[in-house]
Amino acid sequence: MPENNKLLRVEDLKLYFSTNMGAVQAVDEVNLELGYNEAIVVLGESGCGKTSFARGVLRLLPRNVDTYSGRVYLDNIDIMELNDDQFRRDIRWEQMSMVPQAAMNALNPVLKIGDQVAEPLISHQSMEKEQAWEKAREMVEHVGVPGDFLNRYAFELSGGMRQRVILAMALVTTPLLVFLDEPTSALDVLTQANIFNVLKRLKKELKVSFILITHDVATSSELADRVAVMYAGQIVEVGHASTFFKAPLHPYSEMLMKSVPKLKVEEEPTFITGHPPSLLGPPKGCRFAERCPKRFDKCSQEPPIFMAKGHKVKCWLYE
Amino acid sequence: MAIATEASNNSLISVRDLRVWFELKRWGMIHAGYVKAVDGVDFDLHPGEAIGIVGESGCGKTTLMRTILGLIQPENGKIIFNGGDISKLDDKEMQTYRSEVGYVQQDPYGALPPFMDLQRILEEPMIIHGIKSKKERMERIKDVLREIKMTPVEDFLDKFPHMLSGGQQQRAVIARAMVLEPKLLVADEPVSMLDASVRVEILRLMQDLQTSHNLAVLYITHDLSTVRYFTERIFVMYAGKLVEKAKVDELIREPQHPYTQALMTATPDPDYENALTYKQVPPGEPPSLVNPPPGCRYHPRCPHMIEGLCDVEDPPRFEPTPHHFNWCWLYDEGQKWS
Repeated sequence: MPENNKLLRVEDLKLYFSTNMGAVQAVDEVNLELGYNEAIVVLGESGCGKTSFARGVLRLLPRNVDTYSGRVYLDNIDIMELNDDQFRRDIRWEQMSMVPQAAMNALNPVLKIGDQVAEPLISHQSMEKEQAWEKAREMVEHVGVPGDFLNRYAFELSGGMRQRVILAMALVTTPLLVFLDEPTSALDVLTQANIFNVLKRLKKELKVSFILITHDVATSSELADRVAVMYAGQIVEVGHASTFFKAPLHPYSEMLMKSVPKLKVEEEPTFITGHPPSLLGPPKGCRFAERCPKRFDKCSQEPPIFMAKGHKVKCWLYE
Repeated sequence: MAIATEASNNSLISVRDLRVWFELKRWGMIHAGYVKAVDGVDFDLHPGEAIGIVGESGCGKTTLMRTILGLIQPENGKIIFNGGDISKLDDKEMQTYRSEVGYVQQDPYGALPPFMDLQRILEEPMIIHGIKSKKERMERIKDVLREIKMTPVEDFLDKFPHMLSGGQQQRAVIARAMVLEPKLLVADEPVSMLDASVRVEILRLMQDLQTSHNLAVLYITHDLSTVRYFTERIFVMYAGKLVEKAKVDELIREPQHPYTQALMTATPDPDYENALTYKQVPPGEPPSLVNPPPGCRYHPRCPHMIEGLCDVEDPPRFEPTPHHFNWCWLYDEGQKWS
């Protein structure tokens, strides 16, 4: 097993779901690396497999899994080798945690905020209740919620406050890596900016790494060190944020960037015609070929990953 | 329309000092105040014009929209449509009014009945509004589907909502709103549930309908960057009141109200630099609409608050540059601050 200084390495991760129409190839041979104290954005449209990717890494699987294979190294340990119990005890919430989509509406309405934030500590680190509450208070204040809010109930908090509480819950066990699945999609612009300020601060102060999963290109740039673009179950481009947002290379990334309405620069947005392919039996060759204005003969074969201008691109144009 | 004329200008819809209050009750009967969801809103919308109402959740933009649709009775003020006050309409006239105002919902999947196919969904409004001939209805359905580019039409007629993609569902909702050939289209966050690549397609479609039918569009959203390209004027709303009204270009170039400025700063454009700096965000949260702060409702969060003025007196309307209105004391008597 090669040693290196990456926090997370995902190699050939496959996650297929079985349905009565065949296997849905939600995540198909995804490779991704993430350094310590780094934030990467996984950008993609709904149904491209970005949430399944996070669930695959965290092994939060539904019952209808068809294929689940690949290697996932966390801190140089192959966590795919662990059995479910070890994984639950040592990895999930200890080293990696997740803020699922619309989590702010998932707080238990009849439990105090404090009990919910302290719960991971009590169940994972067998902490005493008082001590757990003390740590919960610390973490809640860290994300910008007054400590006495621990005695409140979810309905007494605004949307932004609830989202912060959820963040505190994911961070209370001081994991190395936090998955954020659309953390701000249901929030207002000002609240969104606030939450991203908090995330930036946490990244600096707690040295935590983030994988931010979103379809919102504009807000994703608030946190990203690097960007990975996902299309139809595959990662089609990975690049550093400083070059990606200026000049994406893959035709899909390029068109996606052009579809974002910009507020401060005058530039008419355009759209991508057609639909992403069905993941039940995705087309052979490049999966974007059908919608791609730059396609040529070679696109009927599956493109490998090429290195171009520091980006990894899955496109024949960069051969 | 058989409605007596009251106002005589060329606007399609005029809203005058509109107040929509919801009564709060304790124990189910004792009066305990009002939620002042919309509190004194004025504007005019001309035929063929698209305006965007921008504001955060809870600022009253949805209540304003529902009042315009005639679903809520206002406490005070008037909505004049085509010269007639909509609060004075009887049931029959109200039905006519509703056929002239189309409504595009936020969540297309939730807005389409799951047990009806597309033909039935589009036929329903025409049956209700008394188009008796089946042939005429089918003609209209086909025209509408062609217009919203769901072709070939025959392939879509027997589709149920779950068989359509998100973008197609939203098209179906727009088709349903257009089937009675309205003069005004009210759209509540029509693209917030859709993917980035589809959003622009839907907005462009609405823009095409707007020009080809001389349709007025009232577009309600919290996202400044999408309204920028698809409307002519923007109204910014905060805590039940309008705070700024201007042409799109002017508002983007020179936002006047501190709240609009805060919104502009907080809205990101995709840029790597964003990750390196913290955003300036005004402290606090929008006020409760039961007991809004006295004076300007934004004053507790405003960095330019003038003590003894902003926290006491409601700001009137100012017009520092022609046709660019705001409600902010900073623009009093040309005391423009830079």
